[in-house]
Amino acid sequence: MNWMRTNLKLLTSYPSALAGLVVILALVIMAVYAMVSMPLSEAINLWRAGEGIWQDTPRNAAPAWLNVFRREKLPVTQVYDTTQMPGSKTVESLGGGLKEIRVVFPVEYAYDGFPQEISVFTTAQFEQARPNLTMYWLTPDGREIPLGNETLRASESFRLSQDTRLSRRLRNQPAEIGLFADPGAPSPTVLKGTYQFVAEGIVFEDAADIDVKLVVYGQLHGLAGTDHRRRDIMVALLWGTPIALAMGFVAAVGATVSTMLIAAVGAWYGGWVDELIQRITEVHLILPILPILIMVGTLYNRSLVVIMGLFVLLSVFSGGIKTYRALFLQIKEAPYIEGARSYSASNMRIVFRYMVPRVLPVLIPQFVTLIPSFVFLEATLAVLGLGDPLLPTWGKVLWEAETNGALFNGHYYWVLAPSVLLLVTGLGFSMLGFTLDRVFNPRLRGL
Amino acid sequence: METNGFLHVEDLILHFRTAAGTVQAVDGVNFQLGRGRTLVIIGESGSGKSSLAKAILRLLPRNVQTYRGKVILNGQDVMPLSEERFRREVRWTKMALVPQAAQNSLNPVLRIEDQVSEPLITHGRVSSKEAAMDKVRQAFRLVGLPVDFLTRYPFELSGGMRQRTAIAMALVTEPDLVLLDEPTSALDVLTQANLMNVLKRIKKEFGTTFVLITHDIATASDLADDVAVMYAGQIVERSSADRFYREPLHPYSKKLMASVPALKQDKQLEFIPGRPPSLINPPKGCRFADRCPARFARCAEDPPPATVDGRQVKCWLYH
Amino acid sequence: MSDNSVLLRVEDLHTWFELRRFGFFRIGHVRAVDGVNCVLGRGEAVAVVGESGCGKSTLARTILGLYTPTKGRIVFDGKVLDTKDDKAMQAYRAQVGYVQQDPFGALPPFMDVRRILDEPLVINGVKDPKERDARIRQALEDVRLTPVDDFLGKFPHQLSGGQQQRLVIARAIILKPKLIVADEPVSMLDASVRVEILQLLRRLQEAYGISIIYITHDLSTVRFFSERIFVMYGAKIIEQAKTRDLLDNPQHPYTRALLNAIPDPDPDNAHRFREVPGGEPPSLMNPPSGCRFHPRCPAIIRGKCDAQIPPDLELEPAHKVACWLYADNVQRESA
Repeated sequence: MNWMRTNLKLLTSYPSALAGLVVILALVIMAVYAMVSMPLSEAINLWRAGEGIWQDTPRNAAPAWLNVFRREKLPVTQVYDTTQMPGSKTVESLGGGLKEIRVVFPVEYAYDGFPQEISVFTTAQFEQARPNLTMYWLTPDGREIPLGNETLRASESFRLSQDTRLSRRLRNQPAEIGLFADPGAPSPTVLKGTYQFVAEGIVFEDAADIDVKLVVYGQLHGLAGTDHRRRDIMVALLWGTPIALAMGFVAAVGATVSTMLIAAVGAWYGGWVDELIQRITEVHLILPILPILIMVGTLYNRSLVVIMGLFVLLSVFSGGIKTYRALFLQIKEAPYIEGARSYSASNMRIVFRYMVPRVLPVLIPQFVTLIPSFVFLEATLAVLGLGDPLLPTWGKVLWEAETNGALFNGHYYWVLAPSVLLLVTGLGFSMLGFTLDRVFNPRLRGL
Repeated sequence: METNGFLHVEDLILHFRTAAGTVQAVDGVNFQLGRGRTLVIIGESGSGKSSLAKAILRLLPRNVQTYRGKVILNGQDVMPLSEERFRREVRWTKMALVPQAAQNSLNPVLRIEDQVSEPLITHGRVSSKEAAMDKVRQAFRLVGLPVDFLTRYPFELSGGMRQRTAIAMALVTEPDLVLLDEPTSALDVLTQANLMNVLKRIKKEFGTTFVLITHDIATASDLADDVAVMYAGQIVERSSADRFYREPLHPYSKKLMASVPALKQDKQLEFIPGRPPSLINPPKGCRFADRCPARFARCAEDPPPATVDGRQVKCWLYH
Repeated sequence: MSDNSVLLRVEDLHTWFELRRFGFFRIGHVRAVDGVNCVLGRGEAVAVVGESGCGKSTLARTILGLYTPTKGRIVFDGKVLDTKDDKAMQAYRAQVGYVQQDPFGALPPFMDVRRILDEPLVINGVKDPKERDARIRQALEDVRLTPVDDFLGKFPHQLSGGQQQRLVIARAIILKPKLIVADEPVSMLDASVRVEILQLLRRLQEAYGISIIYITHDLSTVRFFSERIFVMYGAKIIEQAKTRDLLDNPQHPYTRALLNAIPDPDPDNAHRFREVPGGEPPSLMNPPSGCRFHPRCPAIIRGKCDAQIPPDLELEPAHKVACWLYADNVQRESA
C-alpha cells in the first residue's frame, strides 16, 4: 500500500524510530544467530543438563570481559586434556604388558587472582587390572608438590580443592591457593610463571590407556558468566531472544488482530452479535487473569505454549474490543462505507476491505508497543515460578538468579544481563511504536 | 470607505509552521473599518479568512511562526499589549468572536445561562449573579430567543438556536466589534435568513461593528457595507458593498461573482478552472495569475494596490 | 407521462426508523419519509429541495436501496423493486449511481484512484481486467480527470475538493447506471467549483441519457440544473412543478417562504428585512396533525389545515401542490 510506504519514509526522519529499528534489528540478528549456531534441541539439552556437560566451566563466574576494566586480572578457565593435546602424553612400554604413561601439562599462569577450583578428571581403559596414577605439581620456583597417588577406575574426578590432605600439606590453604601462592609472601599472592602438572601412570594391560584432563577453573567465564549449575548464561540469553521475539510477536498478533477483527464484525453487524461480543468482553474484563494462569500452571502444564496461548486467548476479548468498537462504529458511519453499499459491496468485503484498513494506523503502533509487553509478561510469569520447564528464556534466568540469591551473593551480572535485554527490547519496540503512532495519527485526527 | 476608521488592520501577517513548510495564511492584510459598519471578508476555503479572524483576535495556535502587524482598535494599537492585558482589556470586552460552526462550540454539560454569563463574570463586568442574568436575558431578547431556554442544555436546542446562543454570548459584554466566522454556513435557508434579520436589527439598533467572514457572497450581501475579497492569504479587492456587487474590479472577484447562481435572474454561470495556490511557497507575482483570464507580462511581479474611485484593487490592470 | 418514458415511479413510499430505548423498548418511530409519490422520466433531471431534517436524504437512500421502505413501493424501469431479493437488489443498485455530499469522506482514504473505480466493477462481476481498465479510463475521461495516467495512482487526499467530487461522480457512472442520485453534491465545495460539478453532471446526463435526482437545500443552484423540482417539508413532497414554473410562480406558502429567504447577491439586501416564518421544522417523531407546515404558516385556515392532511392538488399540468388554500379552485375547475 502506497500510503504505508510514504509513512514509513516519514518514519526514518525520526531519530527515535531509527534507534528503535536498530535495536530491533540487533535483536533479530541475535535471534537468527542463536538459531543458526545451535539447534533448539541442543539448547534445551545444554540447559537441562547437569554437571556432566558443564564439567569444564566454573560455578557462578562473572563475565570474562570484566578483566578489561580491572587492574588485577582474574583468571579464566584453563583446560588441559590429553585427548585434545596429543603431545602431552608419552607412552613407554616396560615389557610384560606393563606400560608407563606420562602426562605433562605446562600451566601458564599470569593472573593476579587465584583460580576458583582445580580438578583432575581421568578416564582409564582396562579389563582387569586397574591402572595406577601418581600426580604432582611443579612450581616455577622449583618446588614439587605431590598431588596424590591413586588407583583408577574407568572414570575418576579428583576435586583437588576439596582434598583436605593436600590442603594440610599446603599449610592449610585450599589447593587453588596453595598451589599457586608465593611461599615467601605474608599474605597469599599469586606466583606468576609456568607451572607443570605431571601425572605418571602405570597400566598393566596391552590395551589399557589413561587420559587425563586438568581443569583450572577461572573466576570469569564467557560473555555472560555462569550460573550455580556451571551453565553458561549466554546459552539462555541467546536462545531467549528468538523465543522472546517469536512469543511477543505471536501473542501480539493474537491479541490485536483477533481483537480487532472481532470488534469489526461486532460493530458492522450490530444487533445480537454485537451484544454478545460486548457481554463476553465485560465478563472477561473482570476475570482475574494472573490467578487463572497460576492455577493452570500449577495444576496442568507450565509450558510456554500453553501459558501464553491461554493468555492470548484471555486477552482476545480484552478492553481493546471496546476501543476498536468505538473506532469502528465511527468508521461504519463514514460516507465511503455507504458509498460501498451503494455498489453492493458485501458485508465481509466492507469489514475486511473498507473498515479494517482504516484502523491499521491505530493497530500497527499498538501492535509494536504490545510486543515487549508480552515479553515482559513471560518474564513476570517465569519469575513467579510459572516459567516453561524446558526452554531457556530470559525470565527463567532471572527466576534462577532470584531463587539462588544472586544479588545477595553479589552475582549482579546474573540479574543484569537478562534485565538489560528485557529493557532494551522494551525500549526498542516502544521507541518504534510511539514514533509510528506519531506518524500515523495526524491522519487519524481527521477520522 | 471611511478613512477615520474605527478598526485599522495594517500589514497583518500570520504564518504557521508545519511539517511541509511555512503556511502563509495571512500575508500582509490591510483594511480600515468605520464604526457601526459591517465589513464582509469573502474568501474560498484555504484563502486564510479564518486565520485572519484568529489573527485579529489573537487566538493563535501553537505552531505560529510569524505574527506581526498592527491592529488598531478605536485608536489603540492592541498588538503590543501583553497576552494578559489583551485577554483582560480587549478580547471579549472590545472584540468578540462567533466561531465557525458555533452551534457545536457550546459546552454540552453546562446550562445555557452559565455559558452565556461566563464572559461577563470572568471579565468582572458585573457585580452580582443577578446583574449578569439581567444582561444575559437582554442579550437573549436581542437575538430573539425565548428567555426560558436559559436553563436548558445545548442539546435541547436546534442548530439555529444554538447559533443564536453563540451570538448572544458574543454580544453579552457589549463589545465594540463582533467577528462572525461563517455564522450561517451550516444552517438551513430559513434559519439563515432569520439569523441575518437578527444581525441586521442589532446593527441598526446598537450600531455594533461587524466583521463577517464568509464564502457565501449572496448571503453576505444581507449585511455588507464594505467588502474585502481574500485570495491566497491576501486581500485582493476592497470596496463598498454597493459598488462591489454591481461591478467587481479584480478578475478573481469578477469570476467569483459570475459563479454565483441567482435565483431570480437567468445568467450564464462560470467557474474558475484550476485551484488556488498552496499557501506554502505561494507564487512570487500576483497569486491569481495562473487562473486569470486577463493575465499579462506584468503579473509575474507582485501588484501593489491600486486605488480606483476609492476602491483598492491588487491588480496590474488598474495601474 | 407515458409508461415507457418513465424510469422511476415512487408510490406511497414510507421509510420509518424505529426508536428504541436500551436496545429493545420501542418508543416510537422517526417518520423520515412519510407517504411520497413521484415520477421520474428517462433522462430527466429533477431536484428535491428541502431543509435539513425534511427527509430528502432518507428518500435518496431509500431510492438507492440503502434503506428498506417501511411501506409503499418503488417501480424502476417497469419492474417493482423486491427489497428482499438480494440478487435483484444488486442488479438494481448497479443501475443507480450515488454521488455523496462530502467527497473526501465518500472516498476510502487508503485506496488509490484505480482501486476506487475498480471496486464497483469487481463487485458487480466485471471479470476481464482489460475491460475494467478500459472502463476506468473511460470514466475518468468522462469526468475530465485527465490525463488519466496522472490520476490513476493518486490517493484522495492528493486531489482538490473539485477533483475528489469528480472522482465520486466517475465511480457513480462506471457501472453505466440509468439513474444518478446526487445528495448535496456541491454543498461542501467552493463557489468557484460548484458550477463546474453541476455542469459536469448535466453533461453526463445529456451524453448518456442518465436521469438525475439532485437533492439540495440550495434552491439557487436548481435553476441551472434541473427540469423539475420537488419541494419536501416534514417528510412529504408538498409541491412539485417544472423548475421555471416553481421559481416564478410558487404556490405553497412554504415554497414561497423558502424562495423569499434566499438572497441573490444584491447590495440592496442590506437595507431590508426578509419575511421569514418563525418556528422550527416539524419533529418527524410527532409530526403536527393536518398539514405539517400549519404551525408556521402565515395563511393557515383554522380548523382545516390543522386537522386534515391536504391532498396533492394539480393546479396546472405538472404543477402539484399539497395545500388547502387551493382546494376550492381545483374543485371548482373539476366541477
